[in-house]
Order: sequence, then C-alpha cells, then structure tokens
Amino acid sequence: MTGARIPAVVVSDIRKSYGDLRAVDGVSFTVAEGEFFGILGPNGAGKTTTLEIVEGLRRADAGRVTLLGEDPWPRNTKLLPRIGVQLQASSFFEKLTAREQLQTFGSLYGVSSRRADEMLELVGLTDKAEVRENNLSGGQRQRLSIACALVHDPDVVFLDEPTAALDPQARRNLWDVLRAIQARGKTIVYTTHYLDEAEILCDRVAIMDRGRVLAMDAPATLVRGLDAPTHVVLQKGALTTEAARAISGVEEAHEDEVSLTISTRRPAPVLSALAERGTLDGLQVRTATLEDVFLDLTGREYRA
Amino acid sequence: MTAFKSLASAMTKGFLRDRMSLFFVFLFPLLFLVVFGLLLGDSGDDRTKVGAVGDGPVLTALEQTGALELERYDSADAARQGVDDGDLPAAVVVEGNRVDLVFAASDQVAAGTVVGIVSGVVDKLNLGAANVTPTFTLEAEPVEDASLKPIQYLTPGILSWAVSFSGVFGAALTLVSWRKKQVLRRIRLAPVGTTTVLTSRILVSVGTALAQGVVFVAVATLPLFGLRLTGQWYLALPLLVLGTTAFFAIGMLVGAFCKTEESASGAANLIIMPMAFLSGTFFPVENAPGWLQAVSKTFPLRHMNDGMLDVLVRGKGVEALLVPSAVLIGFTLVVGFIAAKVFRWED
Repeated sequence: MTGARIPAVVVSDIRKSYGDLRAVDGVSFTVAEGEFFGILGPNGAGKTTTLEIVEGLRRADAGRVTLLGEDPWPRNTKLLPRIGVQLQASSFFEKLTAREQLQTFGSLYGVSSRRADEMLELVGLTDKAEVRENNLSGGQRQRLSIACALVHDPDVVFLDEPTAALDPQARRNLWDVLRAIQARGKTIVYTTHYLDEAEILCDRVAIMDRGRVLAMDAPATLVRGLDAPTHVVLQKGALTTEAARAISGVEEAHEDEVSLTISTRRPAPVLSALAERGTLDGLQVRTATLEDVFLDLTGREYRA
Repeated sequence: MTAFKSLASAMTKGFLRDRMSLFFVFLFPLLFLVVFGLLLGDSGDDRTKVGAVGDGPVLTALEQTGALELERYDSADAARQGVDDGDLPAAVVVEGNRVDLVFAASDQVAAGTVVGIVSGVVDKLNLGAANVTPTFTLEAEPVEDASLKPIQYLTPGILSWAVSFSGVFGAALTLVSWRKKQVLRRIRLAPVGTTTVLTSRILVSVGTALAQGVVFVAVATLPLFGLRLTGQWYLALPLLVLGTTAFFAIGMLVGAFCKTEESASGAANLIIMPMAFLSGTFFPVENAPGWLQAVSKTFPLRHMNDGMLDVLVRGKGVEALLVPSAVLIGFTLVVGFIAAKVFRWED
C-alpha cells in the first residue's frame, strides 16, 4: 500500500439483496492507486454485483463506496471520465469496424479519434482496424472491449471476467495486455473465476463466496499462510513407498498406477535426500495454490 | 467530432450496412406500392370501346366526346359479329343519314352509357341541322372531386405507413438490443447526456423518413404509375418529421417493455398492422362504417395519412397541416413522457 496517497477505491461494508438472496453481504476492501486487485470466487459469489456497486451502476442497500474520493452513486458525471469499465464482449454498436467502435466510444468522452489507433496497438489489433466487430474472434472481441474501456485514459479500470470463455492462447495474450495497462500506472480491479490466473497477475486478491469476503491478501501470502504440505511427485517405481516414508521430513507417501506422491512441509531436505539417491527422474514439485486456500476456507472443492 | 455527431454517424453507418433494415425500410413498402399500384392502377383508359362502320359527322362527333373509343370495321356484319361474340359492348353503323346502334344486352351499364352518348350526339346534330335554338341549355363543368385514382392515395398512404413502421421498429429494436448488449450501460458510464443520445437517434430516424419520402414519391411519379403531385410538396416535410417523432415515441414505449428483439418486433407489428389497415394506407377509409372511422381517428397514422393526402395530392395548403401536426405533437409528448417514465437502463 502506498500509504500517504488517497486510495483509489474504498468499499466499506456494502450489502445488496435481491429478494431473499443476499448477493453481497457486508463486503469491505481498499484498493491502492496503481494496484492490480483481484476479486475471486465461483459463479454466484457476488463478484459482479460488488463491482457494479463500486462502478456506480447499482445502489447498495447499505454501506459506503468511495471511488477516487467521490461517491459513484447516483451517476456521477465528474467521476465517469476517470473510470473505465470493460463490459461483456458483445457490447458494441452494430456493423462498425474495430476502429469505428473505438472512435465512437471515444467521442462520448470527447477523445480525439487518433486515440483509437493507439488503443488498437495496445491490445494488438492494429491489423484488425478495418474488420467489423462481428467478424472478430472471441479473444479479439474481448481485447477490443478492453480497449473501449481504456480509450479515454481512465485512472481506474474495472474488468469483469475478461478472460472467461477464452482459449489458453488468447488468455495469455490478454495477460500481456493487462500487464501493459498496469505498467501505465492504472489501478485495475478485476474479477475472475480462474484462481491460477489471479495468482499470476494480481498484487492482492479478495476471495469471495456467497456474498462475503473470506480472505484478502497477496496471493503468495495467502498460500503461505495455509501451512499446506508441498507435494513431490516421482515416477512410479523410482522408490518404494516404505523407502519414501523413511526419508526425514516426509509426512505421507502413496502410490497410484503412474506415480509416487510424497507430501512434506520441509521440501528442501526431502529433495536433497532424493537427489542423493539419484531418483530425480521425472520429478515434479507442486506447492499449494489458491485453490487449496479456497478449499481450506470453505471446506469445498473449488468449482468455477 | 462531438458525441452527438459521432453517435449519429455510427448509427447511420450501422443502418446503411444492414441489408435487412434497408429492405424493410425501403424495398418492402416499395413492393406494396408497386404491387397495389399495378393491380389497381389499370384504370387509366376508361373509355368504352365500340365498333364503328362508315363515316360522317355522327362518328366524328362521337369521337370528340372522349367517352368512346371507336374501332373501325369494314362491314356492318363484321361489327355485328364483334358484339355477338362479346368482344364489343356495342357497334354503331352509319349509312348516309341512318344511324344503327346494336348493343349487347348482357352489360346494361355499358349499354346504357353507349346508348345515352350516341342518342345525345344524334339529337344535338339534329338540332343543329334543323337550325333550332334550344329551349333548355346545359352547362357541364369538371370539378376536382375527393375520389382519387389509386396511385394518388396509395403513395401518401404507403409513405406514412413506412415512416410509422421504421420509426416504431427503429426505436424499439435499438433500445432492446442496446440494453441487451450493454451498449446502454457503456453510454451510461460515459459522461454524455441522455438527450444527446436520444436526439442523435431521432435525427437518424428523421433522415430515414425523408429518404423514404424521396424514394417513394420518385418511384410513384414514374409514368408507369403516374402519380401527380398537386399543391406544395414541401408541406409534407413537417409531417414526415412530426410523424417520425410520434412513432419513435411509441417505439420507445414498446422497447421499454420488451426484453428481446423478437418480442419487440412482435409487439411493434401488433401495433402497426391494424393501425395501417384502419388508417387508409392501402385503401381509402372513407368507405368504412362510421364506428370504424371513429376508431381510426384515434390513430396518429390516420392523421398523418390525412395530412399527407391533403398536401401531396389534394392540393391543399398549409391549413391542412394544423390538425395532423397537433395530433402528432400531442402523441409525441404524451407517449414520450410515458416512455421516459418506464425507461430502464438494464433488465
């Protein structure tokens, strides 16, 4: 946290119900300027509603939101030029090309039409400038959608599941775009249900389930705090389970058809012991991930 | 570019690049105009054709009446044969001072017309030959009557219908699709006034209506259809603009209630089709029973249609705009107000 500067987003104890459903049930968090903040959770966790309240699209039943020092509700036209919101990949004008979409949305902010080409370059769509939006691929549309959110050079960018429904290659392309945006000094608040992705991209994450924040910190800190064992996986037959259990520091060892898995909380001595025996062939080390954090917090397997 | 201009240009491009909407806005109504125009328009030459044999002042005078078309035959028998076969309603045979008229008994109306004209001509010539001053004089004078040739009422009718059609559909479908696709949300998140968005959309609809007016009138004026404009055509412009805003407001109301494009176009059709039939789009509504006329007077399309007829083909002046304009403005304000009240940004 940068401390002295005003935080970009301050959310305190917001609540929102739809009938009996408590979609958001007392959520609080703060996002510092320039931070990449992730809100994670399975579908229906309340991520989108939280984001929409922060953006000023919905009114919270209770609680308070301060965005860049202002109240986003009701529609605050002073604030709007300073925030960028990425919407679902289909929210474009009909039959316009990629460049025309950016020019049109830019003009809503009084931005010159030259910005459109800069944005196309940022998201790697320069060669698609003349292509109509409906002829772009899913990943390209998603990138265009993000470019539209950035066309007026906002300070805070909100992205709602930008990588959902993309193939692995397109997801990785998008990660580069998101990192480039952060490198420009923007504050990014983003939701995802991919925990692995959040671990790679985010400075800090809030894990949500059923309308509440269960944990919030840097991904590495959350994982470390778990005190979960590291799993060392060997080829089957490299070592007997008895011999593995005999190694100092090994808590558990079991074998299936293809591999031997060793659990330990002190991986360093275990690995050196394995090295001494010359049994490092095909070795894999799997440390705990945010999915384990989710399992630990909810007692449920994580299902996106 | 300002937000207003770039929004208007974005929507115009979207419209011009969409073959489906171009079809429904221009080609579809034009199809009605062409089909009805050709079906009903074959009444251009309504002179009765009769057989004629011989020559002389009687036949010359008959030709000059303009009501009969004489088909020459060489012999009385050949002309008689034409009547017997049912090809001719009547035949006139002139031999010196004797005029013989044979007519088909089957078509009494045509027969009556022919007998009346021929005996009128013969009587007149007899009077002239006898050098008698007539006791009774008859002065006949043509009057521009209210009954119009089909193309004359079809063109203003179909134009008004097409404007109502594209106004309601344009507004309703844009609203529903923008809400569904979150374009409305994108606009809501931008520092742009709703008036800017709304007026730019209306401007596109007004432009569309004017283009429709030019295209339909141009096609109807072709010799094949033979529309003749009377009075000042430019008086139709205010009607096109006011009609567009009134139907746009109705479309906004439809769009506020419908969640999908399918339900919106269903609802729009449900409003437009009965209104079009009862407002005199395809046939003059003057012949309808009184209660139906009363119903049709509650429709904005009826008033737009009346105004269009008056200024385009009945040669009326600016005074004919008063009632239609007042009704259309009233509809725009009242329906527009309700539409604004029930407007939703999101589902």
